[in-house]
Amino acid sequence: MGNKQTIFTAQQLDAYQDCTYFTRKEILRLFDRYRDLAPQLVPLDYTSHPDVKLPYELIGSMPELKDNPFRQRIAEVFSEDGEGNMTLDDFLDMFSVLSEMAPRDLKAFYAFKIYDFNDDDFLCKSDLEKTLNKLTRNELTEDEVRMVCEKVIDEADLDNDGRLSLEDFQQMIVRAPDFLR
Amino acid sequence: MTTRTRARTKLPRGNEEEERRRPRRKKEAKLRTVMRTAMREKGRREAGREEEGKEGRRRRTRRVRRGTPRGRTKERTKERTRGRTRMMTRTRRRRRRKRTTGRRQEVNFSSDSGSDSDEEESMSEGEMARLMEEVEEKKKLIATIRNKPWRMKRRLTHLREAQEFVDKFEGALGKGKGQEVKWIKFQRDFENFRTACIPWERKIKDVESHFGSSVASYFIFLRWMYGMNLVLFGFTFGLVVIPEVLMGLPYGSIPRKTVPRAEQPTAQDYSVLTDFNGFCKYSVLFYGYYNDQRTIGLLKFRLPLSYLMVGIGSFGYSLMVVIRTTPTSGGGDGDEGEFTFAWKMFTSWDYLIGNAETADNKYASITTSFKESIVDEQENQKDENIHLRRFLRVLANVMILCSLGGSGYLIYFVVKRSQEFANRDDLSWYEKNELELIMSLLGLVCPPLFETIAELEDYHPRIALKWQLGRIFALFLGNLYTFLFALFDEVNNKLVEEQSIKNASIWAMKEYYANFTRLSNDSEATPPPMDPSDVIRGPCWETAVGIEFVKLTVSDIQVTYLTILIGDFARAVIVRFLNYCWCWDLEAGFPSYGEFDISGNVLGLVFNQGMIWMGAFYAPGLVGINVLRLLSSMYYQCWAVMATNVPHERVFKASKSNNFYMGLLLLILFLSLLPVVYTIMTLPPSYDCGPFSGRAKMFDVIMETIDLDLPAFMGTLFSYAANPGLIIPAVLLMVLAIYYLNSVSEAYQNSNMELKKKMQMARDEEKNRRNNTDSTNQVMKDLEDLLPNRSLAPPTRNTPRGASVSSLSLPTKTKPGKGVNLQKDVALASPNPNAQRPVVSRPPGPRGAGPGRGRGRGGAPPS
Repeated sequence: MGNKQTIFTAQQLDAYQDCTYFTRKEILRLFDRYRDLAPQLVPLDYTSHPDVKLPYELIGSMPELKDNPFRQRIAEVFSEDGEGNMTLDDFLDMFSVLSEMAPRDLKAFYAFKIYDFNDDDFLCKSDLEKTLNKLTRNELTEDEVRMVCEKVIDEADLDNDGRLSLEDFQQMIVRAPDFLR
Repeated sequence: MTTRTRARTKLPRGNEEEERRRPRRKKEAKLRTVMRTAMREKGRREAGREEEGKEGRRRRTRRVRRGTPRGRTKERTKERTRGRTRMMTRTRRRRRRKRTTGRRQEVNFSSDSGSDSDEEESMSEGEMARLMEEVEEKKKLIATIRNKPWRMKRRLTHLREAQEFVDKFEGALGKGKGQEVKWIKFQRDFENFRTACIPWERKIKDVESHFGSSVASYFIFLRWMYGMNLVLFGFTFGLVVIPEVLMGLPYGSIPRKTVPRAEQPTAQDYSVLTDFNGFCKYSVLFYGYYNDQRTIGLLKFRLPLSYLMVGIGSFGYSLMVVIRTTPTSGGGDGDEGEFTFAWKMFTSWDYLIGNAETADNKYASITTSFKESIVDEQENQKDENIHLRRFLRVLANVMILCSLGGSGYLIYFVVKRSQEFANRDDLSWYEKNELELIMSLLGLVCPPLFETIAELEDYHPRIALKWQLGRIFALFLGNLYTFLFALFDEVNNKLVEEQSIKNASIWAMKEYYANFTRLSNDSEATPPPMDPSDVIRGPCWETAVGIEFVKLTVSDIQVTYLTILIGDFARAVIVRFLNYCWCWDLEAGFPSYGEFDISGNVLGLVFNQGMIWMGAFYAPGLVGINVLRLLSSMYYQCWAVMATNVPHERVFKASKSNNFYMGLLLLILFLSLLPVVYTIMTLPPSYDCGPFSGRAKMFDVIMETIDLDLPAFMGTLFSYAANPGLIIPAVLLMVLAIYYLNSVSEAYQNSNMELKKKMQMARDEEKNRRNNTDSTNQVMKDLEDLLPNRSLAPPTRNTPRGASVSSLSLPTKTKPGKGVNLQKDVALASPNPNAQRPVVSRPPGPRGAGPGRGRGRGGAPPS
């Protein structure tokens, strides 16, 4: 349709459309966003799958993420090397999951990974404390933080092992009225 | 699952490798040969060499039967089956030697049972079925691959593999695959097109990122309204206005389409036109212009019927759309208090915020809300706080009710007075405009007053917004109905007036003809018709009502836009530029920048829509005006909010507020339906204007159509259907159905509650069991139930727990959302011989973020 573009082949675009929740136009727009972060690094031709990564500093400075307390975690979770350096694939992946089209289950899965700071597949107290401190910018006292974390575990921990597993988390989060994105 | 997929995907790859080795000449091999050879080869492999010939023949016949649909898609499938072609037309020896493993693999992965010992025929049937299943599965994978939490690279490879697989085998399986691919492509293109058609997506996202989703919800609502009004506009203009313009009598042909002679000198004055008098009054914009001819033009378009149908149909359409958009899963507000803290922690961040200032506000609000909950949690048992709050809430409601009642009485009083004034001529300017003045004054004063009072209540802003909306709604409703009653008075006056004018007009007409014959002394000649602008005509109450609504809408537009311009823009300019030379900080101090007034704007929109619904029947042009208004206000308000407003102090998410807006809209729809239906059903239409003139009631048009245009049996059918003997049972039946559905839904709700309770109990039990403190707790619980002073905490809510090894790190095992009694955590039961102890028995010291560090704790499985 319409405007010609030479960044991707038609097959690539189709594949991306199959793999994300985006339309063709959105993918191209996202590519523009990606490229705008570092025009000197990102080539205008992706037909040959160039191996380009943008460092976390660039990703984290996007307006969408700039003010997000979890930006580093988000970048880490979605990047393939786990350090926040993103290829275009990772980039598309991230926005696909964060887009409003993505189903709750998928979002819950990634949300869990984002909150799981130490990557042990469980949300334990240290994770919760970190989350809380990021959310409140360390403005709660230590006692308060501890109490909130205890409450959280108490509320959501179904199998009672003192930490939240993915199931616990999903069980809790999909019922939240605010959990949209 | 993964390993299976991997195994499956081996085959296509193998094919590719072979493809490279294969000479290109095989490309042209025909599909049928391919299949035959393949099956023959397979048969030989499995059943033995001596059976080969027979088997081949049998298979060939079946292939022929099956091949027909495939033949059609041959051209398309040729490309796809190339790989398979090559693979299968190889010499058998080579194949047997080389491909046995690959083939087995295919059998294995296309069927997990993989029983090769079946007899030949059913075997291949079975394999076909399995292959088909396989392809289906792959297709499903392609459709849902975006839902898999995989890395993009992995997803891409899987997608490619699955697609190749499907491509390869689907053609061979004889499906019309080309069609399907085209269909998928079309669907995707259509989807792309559809999303490209959604207007203002970026604008709204922009606003959303700056102001949070609550402000954006207003704009989404506005866009939705625009869409709905566009459809209404299409109906009204396509079926009423444009036919009348194209096919109806032109302006000036009959009295109702002509400006009366007395008004003609001023008919084009600006002031007259802005009041929608003069030429405006006698134009297609209003009811009175339409003629009562049964059919117009060459097409015999039944305009009066179409007019009535569009009027009713737009109500029907709006009702349908509003109800459909209102999510029916009401009551799913979540279980309050079950996951208070967990939700606060994991879902309070609005991931759409992309603005530093908003983010700051959000941080502050999250911290506050956490602190609030902590305080709540700690002081849940302190009664006086709750009592105070309750008292304050009751007080606030009483005050608001008082002010609502007061304003209601004020309106009533002023309307009474204005009716008195209506009979007098010596009125001062104030007395003339008293009603409007009081109304707008109330509209200005009351909302801020309510907001101030509402601060006493101390609700969460989202709930506060709803209350505020509801209260202002009540206030506006007063305005609306005053307006309506005034209008009805006017209509009744006009109806009385009309009677006398009607006689006068007939008399004048007769006199005119009598004079003509007398003056010309020629009784044979037909007198020329009277000039249409000289005919005496009735007041045409319908047009008057239409004009009132149009005027109201236009003045509403003006007021809204001026308010934004002065209240927001001018204020922002002053604050911004006067700040350099002022004695205090204007930006942080008193005037500051305005916040976006969600409740006011939403209500404005809702009431405006009510006006449109009520007025559209009497002024078809109103819908067009409204579409223009919504369109311009989208751009204007987007600009205004981005340029002049600041984010709310407490940014909150608009979860399900849309639902609430829709509820308001539905209410307004009903309320505006009432007067329109009342006028259509009971009031007689004017005798000399509008599409229904000359009939006793407006709906007589329908009767007329049934009698004249439909076959006779339809008429009898309708007369049966309109029989009270039939209608009353129907109504009864509906009432019964409502009652039944209501009770059913209640029963479901009950069972829902029951299930929830059961889950809760199961959870408690689980916890108890794990902690091995059942017996102790049971006793404790019973004791606690008996204690009288635990009035606020529900029974059995405090489950003191043992495991007091480290009171620091152990979670307090109380019921969520209810009072924590911290002292009780310590040593009520014996130490817990629990496997989890090591996990929690360490004091939670500060830990590094490194991924490796937490992994060792408590034997958590490595990721």
